[in-house]
Amino acid sequence: VKVALVDYGAGNLRSLRAALERVGGEVTVSDDPEVVAASPLVVVPGVGAAPHAMASLAARGLDGAIRSALDAGGRVFGVCVGLQVLFERSAEGDVPCLGLLPGTVTRLEGARRLPHMGWNDVVPTRPHVLTGALPATCYFAHSFAVQDAPDSVVLARTAAGSASFASVVAGDRVAGVQFHPERSAAAGRALCEALLRWETAEAADAA
Amino acid sequence: MLRRRIVPCLDVSGGRVVKGVNFLDLRDCGDPVEAAVRYAEAGADEIVWLNITASGEDWLALLRAVERAAEQVDVPVTVGGGVDDVQRARELLLAGADKVSINTAALRRPELLADAAERFGSQCVVCAIDARRENGSWRAVASGGRVPTGWDALEWASRAVAEGAGELLVTSMDQDGVGGGYDLELVREIVSRVPVPVIASGGAGSPSDLADALEAGAEAALAASIFHDGTHAIEEVKAVCRERGLPMR
Repeated sequence: VKVALVDYGAGNLRSLRAALERVGGEVTVSDDPEVVAASPLVVVPGVGAAPHAMASLAARGLDGAIRSALDAGGRVFGVCVGLQVLFERSAEGDVPCLGLLPGTVTRLEGARRLPHMGWNDVVPTRPHVLTGALPATCYFAHSFAVQDAPDSVVLARTAAGSASFASVVAGDRVAGVQFHPERSAAAGRALCEALLRWETAEAADAA
Repeated sequence: MLRRRIVPCLDVSGGRVVKGVNFLDLRDCGDPVEAAVRYAEAGADEIVWLNITASGEDWLALLRAVERAAEQVDVPVTVGGGVDDVQRARELLLAGADKVSINTAALRRPELLADAAERFGSQCVVCAIDARRENGSWRAVASGGRVPTGWDALEWASRAVAEGAGELLVTSMDQDGVGGGYDLELVREIVSRVPVPVIASGGAGSPSDLADALEAGAEAALAASIFHDGTHAIEEVKAVCRERGLPMR
């Protein structure tokens, strides 16, 4: 499976590339909007803050390239902040995001401690090609998350203190995970394998 | 439920694992990437590399090793030691470190934590605090514990978090290398003062010591020699923690 990993200066680029290659992905790391727009599977990495990620994507014309990839029938998958930018808006810096999925990114006020850092349960809410290996315990490192997305786009949830957030999401050819599969040991590997299966799954199978 | 973490630490120099007493008589103990992979397979929830040398050549060797760790290790890797400025933090993160740990440079210039958090996000900025008991409280010490500072360790902990540190790695210099257990009072005091996760360090001699640190409120317990010498396995420590009702992976 061919994967375009979007290079906009995110710190987990190298580890995510290695994780996808370990399960057989043919990964092209690129900051070229044309390469991204023509890819059947675009993976958006990310660590840190959504405002910085959005600005970095826009500065390279990669925000438009991600939309173009979708318009051309491709699929888009975000990791951590890469998931957050798929939604409408982030309260972190109060910035508009790509708006490919309904919902907003807000601070995890209910967590016992912030950042929400470490290994936590990812519990599926419905069957999907991306959640076949769940429930599992995966590695998180973030303070903001999607807490208001409609159930229709939530595939799995995670509890942090009194807060509950979407840890796996999917819409029509757009999906993402809030945890770091590249740092989640065997559970992360299983997610990466599912991601490559998702790319080839028919729309009907994936729903 | 969020799990507590067991974190093995490796001292590295020139991109190699080293061991020595008080940073003297350093012995080459192999490739830190291989050691990290072994720890990850043995159940480590996270791995810390502490770079103990300062030369430019050693820094480049460290970056090359961090790149290999990003590719080969499948749990998070935190790297600290010699992170003097935002540029060095950036180099480590782009090489593939999940978090950077900043110690002495932040004591000299606390705004460094704010700069790093602003650019990279506080979730990847760890402030390492070396604390030594003094007159009923704790003093923050710099440069691997050799240089006292004007900072009360508890006040410094609060300031570091206010600046933007997303996690504190707190080492008791009194207990470090002794193996008689962590300074639990220090752990409790710091945990009660800050809203971010705290990693307890310094003093682990047995599995129950790590469980004690987690019960005292630390999100993670770091240990070096008990794992490195093979005295205790990571799973053995986790079993003790589970028996005490602590949530472990």
